[in-house]
Amino acid sequence: MNISFLLNGETVQVAADPARSLLDWLRIEKNLCGTKEGCNEGDCGACTVMVSDASGARALNACILMLPQLAGKAVRTVEGIGGPAGQMHPVQQALVDHHGSQCGFCTPGIVVSMATAHLNGRTDHDDQLAGNLCRCTGYAPIIRAAKAVETLPVPDWLTEGHGKVGLDPPAAPPLSGNVGFNPPYLPENADALAHWYADNPDATLIAGATDVGLWITKQLRTLPQVAFLHRCADLQRIGITDDSILVGAGVTMTDLLALLHQHHPSYAAMVRRYGSVQVRNAATIGGNIANGSPIGDNAPALIALDASLTLRHGDTRRTMPVEAFFLAYGRQDRRPGEFLELVTLPRRAPALRCYKISKRFDQDISALCGAFNVTVAGGKVQAARIAFGGMAGIPKRAAAVEAALLGQDWTETTIRAALPAFASDFTPLSDMRASAAYRLEVARNLLMRYFADLQGAATDVLAVQA
Amino acid sequence: MTVARSLAHDSAPLHVTGQARYIDDLPVPAGTRHLAFGLSTIARGTILTCDLAAVRAAPGVVAVLVAADLPFANDVSPSAHDEPLLADGTVHYIGQPVFLVIAGSHLAARRAARLGQITYAEETPILTIDAALAANSRFEDGPRVWAKGDVDAALSAAPLRLSGRMSIGGQEHFYLEGQAALALPGEGGEMHVHASTQHPTEIQHKVADALGLPMHMVRAEVRRMGGGFGGKESQGNALAVACAIAARLTGRACKMRYDRDDDMIITGKRHDFRIDYDLGHTPDGRILALDVIHHARCGWAMDLSLPVADRAMLHADNAYLLEAVRITSHRLKTNTQSATAFRGFGGPQGMLGMERIIDHLAHALRLDPVAVRQVNYYAEAAGGAASIANSGGGSAPARYGETVLQTVSDPVPAPRDIYAQKKPGRGTRFGGPHSPKVAGQTTPYGMEVTDFALHGLTGALLASADYAARVRAVADWNASQPILKKGIAFSPVKFGISFTLTHLNQAGALVHVYQDGSVHLNHGGTEMGQGLFQKVAQVAASRFGLDAGAIRISASDTAKVPNTSATAASSGSDLNGMAAQAACDTIIARMADCLASLHQTTPDQVRFADGQVHVGPVSMPFAQAAKTCYMQRVSLSATGFYKTPDLHWDRIKGAGRPFFYFSYGAAITEVVIDSLTGENRILRADLLHDTGASLNPALDIGQVEGAYVQGAGWLTTEELVWDDKGALRTHAPSTYKIPACADRPDIFNVALWNQPNPAATVYRSKAVGEPPLMLGISAFLALGHAVSACGPGYPALDAPATPEAILAAIRRVRA
Repeated sequence: MNISFLLNGETVQVAADPARSLLDWLRIEKNLCGTKEGCNEGDCGACTVMVSDASGARALNACILMLPQLAGKAVRTVEGIGGPAGQMHPVQQALVDHHGSQCGFCTPGIVVSMATAHLNGRTDHDDQLAGNLCRCTGYAPIIRAAKAVETLPVPDWLTEGHGKVGLDPPAAPPLSGNVGFNPPYLPENADALAHWYADNPDATLIAGATDVGLWITKQLRTLPQVAFLHRCADLQRIGITDDSILVGAGVTMTDLLALLHQHHPSYAAMVRRYGSVQVRNAATIGGNIANGSPIGDNAPALIALDASLTLRHGDTRRTMPVEAFFLAYGRQDRRPGEFLELVTLPRRAPALRCYKISKRFDQDISALCGAFNVTVAGGKVQAARIAFGGMAGIPKRAAAVEAALLGQDWTETTIRAALPAFASDFTPLSDMRASAAYRLEVARNLLMRYFADLQGAATDVLAVQA
Repeated sequence: MTVARSLAHDSAPLHVTGQARYIDDLPVPAGTRHLAFGLSTIARGTILTCDLAAVRAAPGVVAVLVAADLPFANDVSPSAHDEPLLADGTVHYIGQPVFLVIAGSHLAARRAARLGQITYAEETPILTIDAALAANSRFEDGPRVWAKGDVDAALSAAPLRLSGRMSIGGQEHFYLEGQAALALPGEGGEMHVHASTQHPTEIQHKVADALGLPMHMVRAEVRRMGGGFGGKESQGNALAVACAIAARLTGRACKMRYDRDDDMIITGKRHDFRIDYDLGHTPDGRILALDVIHHARCGWAMDLSLPVADRAMLHADNAYLLEAVRITSHRLKTNTQSATAFRGFGGPQGMLGMERIIDHLAHALRLDPVAVRQVNYYAEAAGGAASIANSGGGSAPARYGETVLQTVSDPVPAPRDIYAQKKPGRGTRFGGPHSPKVAGQTTPYGMEVTDFALHGLTGALLASADYAARVRAVADWNASQPILKKGIAFSPVKFGISFTLTHLNQAGALVHVYQDGSVHLNHGGTEMGQGLFQKVAQVAASRFGLDAGAIRISASDTAKVPNTSATAASSGSDLNGMAAQAACDTIIARMADCLASLHQTTPDQVRFADGQVHVGPVSMPFAQAAKTCYMQRVSLSATGFYKTPDLHWDRIKGAGRPFFYFSYGAAITEVVIDSLTGENRILRADLLHDTGASLNPALDIGQVEGAYVQGAGWLTTEELVWDDKGALRTHAPSTYKIPACADRPDIFNVALWNQPNPAATVYRSKAVGEPPLMLGISAFLALGHAVSACGPGYPALDAPATPEAILAAIRRVRA
């Protein structure tokens, strides 16, 4: 099968090879070598491209963006950021003027990230560029350039192209003959996916490819049968009721972040540090849960919120608490042919706090991630939901700690008395991110932080200024 | 004059439009083959069997080579011939190349490389400093020891003693462009190699040896690298040699680039160190004696470890006069990647050791650490005033983009050919204490320090950063905060400039003036982002009186400029700028002779300025002058050559003058830590750095800013972790964390100490590549200062100061 998309304004048709990254295709087949490979795992941003559809323009990492994900979209590479007559985009000129490139290898990705942020009117430059590593400049001149263009208009050639793209993708004729791969399945809705997956339970489901993409680029795994879920619009819906928020499993972390800002600001602050703009634009909440990772950051927050998951097999659905989904390391309560359809979380949880601990603030996988949601009434702990990622083989509730708090006075004395319970809840591992001892000590200290935080004490180094 | 102007990087328009080409972007001939290495999966042992049938059978594979298949030298070492391209019977670290796959695509080569079935007789690997010491596993026959004065007697006599130990982690270069090479076979056995390398001549040399050819049969070329930082001084040899051998075998172009994980697993990194110290001092903080021991973990092969460890010793004093000192250096051989050059080349480790010692001393005596530093400084050279150029922000007087470098108010007595800015300006006058020059003050290795600039520079920075008031503000803030603690610290840099292998301090250049007046420039340096090409072009343009745009910069090429030294040791503009200047001046002299005789005047009446050539009262465009000289049959092409004067160095004795001059700088950093988690942030950094009379202030400020962030990254988030089998666990950006955008200081004031170099360098500028990396030490010390607000003990932070290391230090100070 073929797919088609716009590349720098021109329609292209390509075989929908599920294992072919946009980056390799651009560089090898199209000789568009401006887009660079820095890491091939979505962590450096040198391959950033602008991908637009009816919902707008987003920066994505081309190294873990597989060709079938582009069907009906518009792609701009660094070669397509400037004007048709060779004009520089304002961000390009500003980077020259402010000495924002040294070796120049990260620069095309920086240009595309900046141009996309500029198009979208974003001036939170540190966040917008958190997914673009630069080893030469120390970033200061790049930020000077970004600030310099904040008030400049978006060039015509981007707005004109942007208005058209993605809305009316040209039909792609089928490819004949042996294409060398098993064509991927691109369902248009959850019903289609459900029936197909029930019949093909060994297939790999790919939502954003921020995890499975690395199976392909790094582990060099061959995936015999895959479905890409990004065309299932019904999986990307968000619903809000009086007391609940319903999040489709295909909602990207970017869209989740926008939602959480209003309802769960601490969860949002944590998600702001989840991956980078490029990763959040691709990654979905469903993927982050369903892959079963013990260090996915959504799970502890959702467990602390007492959120639930809806899984679907064919036309059969079942709902379970988030913590029940995680059985053991690498094992989840998901049956063959069953997929995660919906996440339901409460609309209000004013006491929720999420603390992500990592070596680097932005775009780093957590050493541990703690989420706390304690209800205090009349000075006593009425309810406590505390969960951690990175402390066990699965995202896990701190049951003994919760028990030590329940019914007690909400005081520092109670907090300190509960600290020993962490050792019965968790036996963390040592790895390259942190030692077991550090994880356990910090888990305890995060309870102390939580108490101080709710008292209004200053606990966040990100909020401190010189 | 074109020098001293803040021109953009010459490639900036190409960078931002994606047109700048790196090795993997070069168009290749049809049928180009792609290579990948199969790697050792154990850290130490002997290969028993090597079954590569599955590799050979894999789709797209053309050939697979092992050591026995290599036609000539199996050697990619830059030093001791102890580093085979492919393992020769034994393996020495996890990641060592064992076999070479030649395939039709990069992906096919990578896939096939994982299919090797190799069995080993494993031995217990030596992974740590302690294990290497216990096994006496080392390079050289024993430790190097350099001494000055009678340190044992001085220690015994000292009224107070202080000792301690510090671990300093290594650092991955993380150049954004991974290692890459492309070999194009030519006729008659010639080989043309494009390589991402800081050292084209080394590539030429190693490829020639591997092909059994004289060097004139091999041409190495590099237009630019996507970052180097020392990681492409020797680490590209393996790829270039592999490509050349495969190209010879297949008759096809062959390309190799490492996948990022392979790059990090295979190549060397900054040396990690452990430093032990024993200090004798007075109650008021004066150092009387120092016995310091360096342990450098060098990895499995020698590579550049000896000069790296030497340079650590050469910076064990940093900025402080030590009258009785002994520096002992153990160069330990371990079953890990062969540690290599990295910006600073051992200097940062040696300097951090000394700054730690001073910090510990100040804490022990409850003295202001800046005062302890100042009292132990070398004495100031005469002079000490300068003007500055700024990067903008904070309390700095002006933004550099708007600022013409300001008047030097009180310049060093000028040698005859001194270059100095003469434009009027509103210069902030920075006058430090003008201590009289002290004759005979020497480093631990006996070199006289005659250009010490840190008294004035320190005073200027303390004032511009408002240090004293901020120290009080930090203390007040800490008193009000139970959980978060701030810290602030100052650190100075004195860094020696020259290759310590004296013969490397030479450079060549090749300049052509065409008959239309356009100028073509080659020199021996390489461009890795530092702006060297633009700086050298500015020198050439200034000689000819042209704009920099009139000078065409082209790729470094061993066929144009031979016998080059690595672009390393910060020497690029010092050496190649001078060589280019010499080449230009040769042509200028020929043109002046010709034009003077045509116009009945003397050559000294011929001037090159403003795009014109002025011959007595007659002026003509440079192009016309070039055309005239061509018609008069004047050679308009010249080579230039430069060698740094006055160097002599005995590295075994540790005596002589290894450096032409020193570069100076200082930084003040303010941080905040979370005492519950160890999380931390840099809040503000103020840097004042000595670049002499800057050739290009914008590029120099870029070097200073970038180096600071890279140095701070080394000492904070960048942690290399090996497991107990010797496998590197941090081999991708997902696990190895270089600074991201938000990790730069919130407030970042960067200024240049713009005073002409007393040494006769090109336009009195100074080297800038490495020295400012060590300004990042101030961030590390500030984190220690913040930790010390948590309890009475000394933090004794180890590097990198990850959140975990900081939390451990908090526990120590509270104990």
